[in-house]
Amino acid sequence: MTDALALYRSLVLIRRFEETILAEYRRGAFSGTTHTYIGQEANAVGVITNLQPDDIVVSNHRCHGHFLAYGGDPRALFGELMGRVTGVCGGRGGSQHLHWRNFYSNGILGSTLPLATGIALAEKMQGRQTITTVFAGDGALGEGSVYEAFNFASLWGTPLLIVIENNHIAQTTPLALGLAGSIAGRLTAFGIPSCAVSTSDVLEISSTAQALIAEVRHSQRPQALIIDSARFGPHSKSDDTRPVEMIEELRRTRDPLTIHGNRLAVSARQAVDTEIVALVRAAFEQALSDPPAGGAL
Amino acid sequence: MTSVLDALNNGLQRALTDDSRVVLLGEDILDPYGGAFKVTRGLSTVFPERVLTTPVSEAGMTGLAAGMALRGLRPIVEIMFGDFSTLAVDPLVNTAAKLRWMYNDQVSVPLVVRTPMGGRRGYGPTHSQSIEKLFLGVPGLRVVAASHFGDPGELLYRAILRQDDPLVFVEHKLLYGLQVIDAAAASDFEIERSGSAELFPAYRLTVRGAPPPTLTLATYGYMAELARQALVKLAFEREIFTELIVLTQLAPLDAAPILESASRTGRLLTIEEGTLSAGWGAEVLARCSESLGSRLAAAGRVAAIETPIPAAAGLERRTLPEVDDILREAEKIGAQPHA
Ligand SMILES: Cc1ncc(C[n+]2csc(CCOP(=O)(O)OP(=O)(O)O)c2C)c(N)n1
Ligand SMILES: [Mg+2]
Repeated sequence: MTDALALYRSLVLIRRFEETILAEYRRGAFSGTTHTYIGQEANAVGVITNLQPDDIVVSNHRCHGHFLAYGGDPRALFGELMGRVTGVCGGRGGSQHLHWRNFYSNGILGSTLPLATGIALAEKMQGRQTITTVFAGDGALGEGSVYEAFNFASLWGTPLLIVIENNHIAQTTPLALGLAGSIAGRLTAFGIPSCAVSTSDVLEISSTAQALIAEVRHSQRPQALIIDSARFGPHSKSDDTRPVEMIEELRRTRDPLTIHGNRLAVSARQAVDTEIVALVRAAFEQALSDPPAGGAL
Repeated sequence: MTSVLDALNNGLQRALTDDSRVVLLGEDILDPYGGAFKVTRGLSTVFPERVLTTPVSEAGMTGLAAGMALRGLRPIVEIMFGDFSTLAVDPLVNTAAKLRWMYNDQVSVPLVVRTPMGGRRGYGPTHSQSIEKLFLGVPGLRVVAASHFGDPGELLYRAILRQDDPLVFVEHKLLYGLQVIDAAAASDFEIERSGSAELFPAYRLTVRGAPPPTLTLATYGYMAELARQALVKLAFEREIFTELIVLTQLAPLDAAPILESASRTGRLLTIEEGTLSAGWGAEVLARCSESLGSRLAAAGRVAAIETPIPAAAGLERRTLPEVDDILREAEKIGAQPHA
């Protein structure tokens, strides 16, 4: 686990990165779509900080935060969203389709659960000591392949950590209109133990994730972490249908940067804030001046 | 003499033996049952750790296999009936076929999905279809169909170990019982490879010693056998001499062997067991018409009528293309008896 300041640094990096995206989309620097992670930063940071370098991360459409927490290069991610040669995937994948080292994302909801289960199985069969972590939202739980994957993961014993980021909304559909029963119940049905936290505190998420990851590594079996979370921004760029007061309330009470930042000395915090603003700006400018994606199709 | 079933079984066995990364997944594939059509018979006994029987989860197992392929294994998925491959469309089309390209060629996904298509066994509307056309034209997805010409076992072996992209390997239920016909076994015919494809070749079949052909028959899979019977009848009963081109790789389509033949004969008949509209034959004819223009004097397609496939034998026969349909269409497009 990383120290408190480093965790804060990761949270701020994701926040500033995503804010830059939203602002610059309006100015036309990017094309295509995006899904920002604002409000949920503690999930990615708290989980991924506990992984080993060779461990695998499988992510979804809302993948920027996971990618940056994994150590991905902000310039390459900006570049990917701008369609630059320097982009993570040379501009072919765009916002939802990233691969770098052992990080993979795909924009098809639910499809990543079987994929991650297969990855975890392959790693185990080949005697590698890795674990695989897959992030999915509450909305993805509507997909049938998720449950086929749960069944396989449990039946065949795969070293898989399933992280459900329950932000209570799928695009515009509130959880209550999309989910019967309970998330934990769905995992229990397949014999997958789960642990639920309702927090935006990176330390709480991290300590819970640490224990689960240790258990996955030791038992070589799946575990799930269900995080009750809050999305502050629009689903994509400007498509939030929730009341403004609700979002203001979430921002006031559930901001991971405030919750964790308050633990730090003001000067240390400000130093990080300043550093990250400059870093993100520089990454953005660099990507902007990088050559457009070209080459053979 | 080897049956297609034994050849395919042998291809799997050789792949499992030669490369420890090969893993087989599918429903009911364990011995003593050995799979619904017995293609995997004996394999779980020899390779218990690498032959995994799955729950009834086509989408899940295909998605899992994509992940396994991404991380260094070479999985083969058996889908019990080709009809059920619709359940595997998403992991194939939106995951397996996309990953290499959308991740900028940083990964590969050597995944083979094998499945028996086809009717003529009375299994009815949902266990008899030839729906491989649904997989044609998907970027990043190769579609290969075995026939009893050449070496189907070697074809499968190459699909597993000699190429690195997701591949749908189409078998036909009626092929399993046929004997493999290679150059040596074909006494009345000449069979030669046609075109430049190395892994998944096309074959050209002609009646030995016949005059120049006036019609090209193009097909794949089990229809190659019905087309062969039609070729014999046309030659010996009607003195119409034809040349049969059998493709093994359906997608991406390399039409060169068909173009080469049709440019000589000037007439082309495509033959497939799936339904007519937007089928393999439509694509082949489009390519030929683009390339040959007026050199293609006449063309036609033989395919299933556009009705679900009935279970009753008599009804099923009227739905799926038979030898007589090939003969009729061949005459219709004006293939001339030898002068
Ligand atoms: C198979 C599929 N169906 C629909 C979509 C469109 N879509 C993208 S994100 C989304 C909502 C996802 O909600 P959730 O899983 O809760 O993740 P969140 O956006 O809240 O992070 C939808 C419907 C998709 N990408 N894939
Ligand atoms: Mg959600």
